[in-house]
Amino acid sequence: MIINHPLLGPRDSSEFYHLGDATLINRPDPDAADAAEQFYEYVYIRDDPAGEYRELWYHEQGDRSWLVVTRNTLTHEISSVELARDVARRQGK
Amino acid sequence: MHYSALQILKQGLTGNKGWKPVWREPKPKSAYDFIIVGGGGHGLATAYYLAEEFKQANIAVLEKGWIGSGNVGRNTTIVRSNYLLPENTPFYEMSLKLWENLEQDFNYNAMMSQRGILNLFHSDGERDAAARRGNAMVLSDADAVLLDREGVRKMCPFLDFDNERFPIKGGLLQPRAGTARHDAVAWGYARGADRCGVDIIQNCEVTGFQIENGVCSGVETTKGNIKANKVGVCVAGSSSRVMALAGMRLPIETHVLQAFVTEGLKPVIPGVVTFGAGHLYISQSDKGGLVFGGDIDKYNSYAQRGNLPVIEHVAEEMMAMMPMLGRARLLRSWGGVMDMSMDGSPFIDKTHIGGLYFNGGWCYGGFKATPASGMCYAHLLATDTPHPNATAFRLDRFRHGIIIDEKGQGAQPNQH
Ligand SMILES: Cc1cc2nc3c(=O)[nH]c(=O)nc-3n(C[C@H](O)[C@H](O)[C@H](O)COP(=O)(O)OP(=O)(O)OC[C@H]3O[C@@H](n4cnc5c(N)ncnc54)[C@H](O)[C@@H]3O)c2cc1C
Repeated sequence: MIINHPLLGPRDSSEFYHLGDATLINRPDPDAADAAEQFYEYVYIRDDPAGEYRELWYHEQGDRSWLVVTRNTLTHEISSVELARDVARRQGK
Repeated sequence: MHYSALQILKQGLTGNKGWKPVWREPKPKSAYDFIIVGGGGHGLATAYYLAEEFKQANIAVLEKGWIGSGNVGRNTTIVRSNYLLPENTPFYEMSLKLWENLEQDFNYNAMMSQRGILNLFHSDGERDAAARRGNAMVLSDADAVLLDREGVRKMCPFLDFDNERFPIKGGLLQPRAGTARHDAVAWGYARGADRCGVDIIQNCEVTGFQIENGVCSGVETTKGNIKANKVGVCVAGSSSRVMALAGMRLPIETHVLQAFVTEGLKPVIPGVVTFGAGHLYISQSDKGGLVFGGDIDKYNSYAQRGNLPVIEHVAEEMMAMMPMLGRARLLRSWGGVMDMSMDGSPFIDKTHIGGLYFNGGWCYGGFKATPASGMCYAHLLATDTPHPNATAFRLDRFRHGIIIDEKGQGAQPNQH
């Protein structure tokens, strides 16, 4: 698989480390009343869709940026790649 | 028909005209007492033990493709019970004991061959870990032998003992481990279940569950709706997709694992050998092909095929361990999708929905578990209580912090 890095252009996926679901950006508030429940879901429970999936990749053997990749888990086709930083900012993080 | 040497002789003398199909192909009835969703090894074993051991009747197995089209027909067939944690050891040792008697039990040749598994180690730290694991195995009634370098050399003189980067310091041997013919395991359980009256219904995909007021009363399928008192889901790499039909989210991610086979060679590898400085396991099939595999591809996937980096990595490890195989030609490679759980351990449990049960999270080690998984799931379905050897495989263990992390990797499914 080739990941089209927003800053570096097309790079082989083997340069990256795959962390998992992009929802991991949304770390729950540890002070929330139901924080334990929220963290349980955050750490352990997944949608795991067959089809379009937004996921975090880390460019470990490159510029060490985090990316949000939108990829189809049935075909491995990648439809969009963004810097995780931009995604997080957009979400007000 | 009972299979025996006498039967072969008899059929041979009468022109082989008396053989019958190995199982029936019934139409689904409108209702069953038990429906097992998924005709892989675990689903078929569950149906078999439900009927044979727990004396239940009116059972169907629903399979979306043909039986054995999933992981049971795709795996590298390694059977072992070399586990460390007390939640796992009795379960896997029970499984190995069932394997040892499986062919006599279901009257089918599954080519179970206890040729041993040798896990190499390459550092002092790895030796300590192997000794610890071996002790845990012996304590749980399994067998383990710690070999030093010379012991390994005697068994496998062809390994690269001159490798400076990954020196072979010894190995942990489980002599009773081995391999079995994967398809024959599915066929043997299918035939055994069929002989007990179980309906095996192929090309019948479950597309929904009939759930009302928190109780499941049947399934929707491509062959119509079917009622059931109890529905046991057992779909391995499709676990997340199928349980989503019941509105459930699981502590599971789906990943692809590849496997490889070379052209047939003369006997070169005595048992199963694994490389300790990476992830590579290799054995030789009775036909002569070298069967091997390594890590999962490490990204979520429902495609039953992987990518080239893993192939390259596995080939490099093979060269580091057994340079003599450098000229062996690869015949085929394929992939299967794995239900990777958050701690690398499985589930055999009720769900919060009445009448709906779940078996999954087998990661890439579920073939060896087939007999015990079937037995324990059948126990749960028949009695509504977990089998004593499977009490830890709960769906809610993450909520309560009682995880079973055999490798100590944390909630990172691609690392288990
Ligand atoms: C390449 C590879 C190598 C492996 N090597 C080993 C090994 O050496 N040792 C080991 O112990 N394990 C190994 N495994 C793991 C092992 O194969 C699996 O853990 C195990 O087979 C899973 O259980 P099963 O046999 O029931 O799964 P499967 O055979 O996958 O059965 C699940 C069935 O459910 C069916 N299904 C899915 N959705 C539906 C639906 N909606 N309706 C009806 N049916 C449905 C599927 O078609 C499938 O037939 C390996 C796996 C792979 C892919």
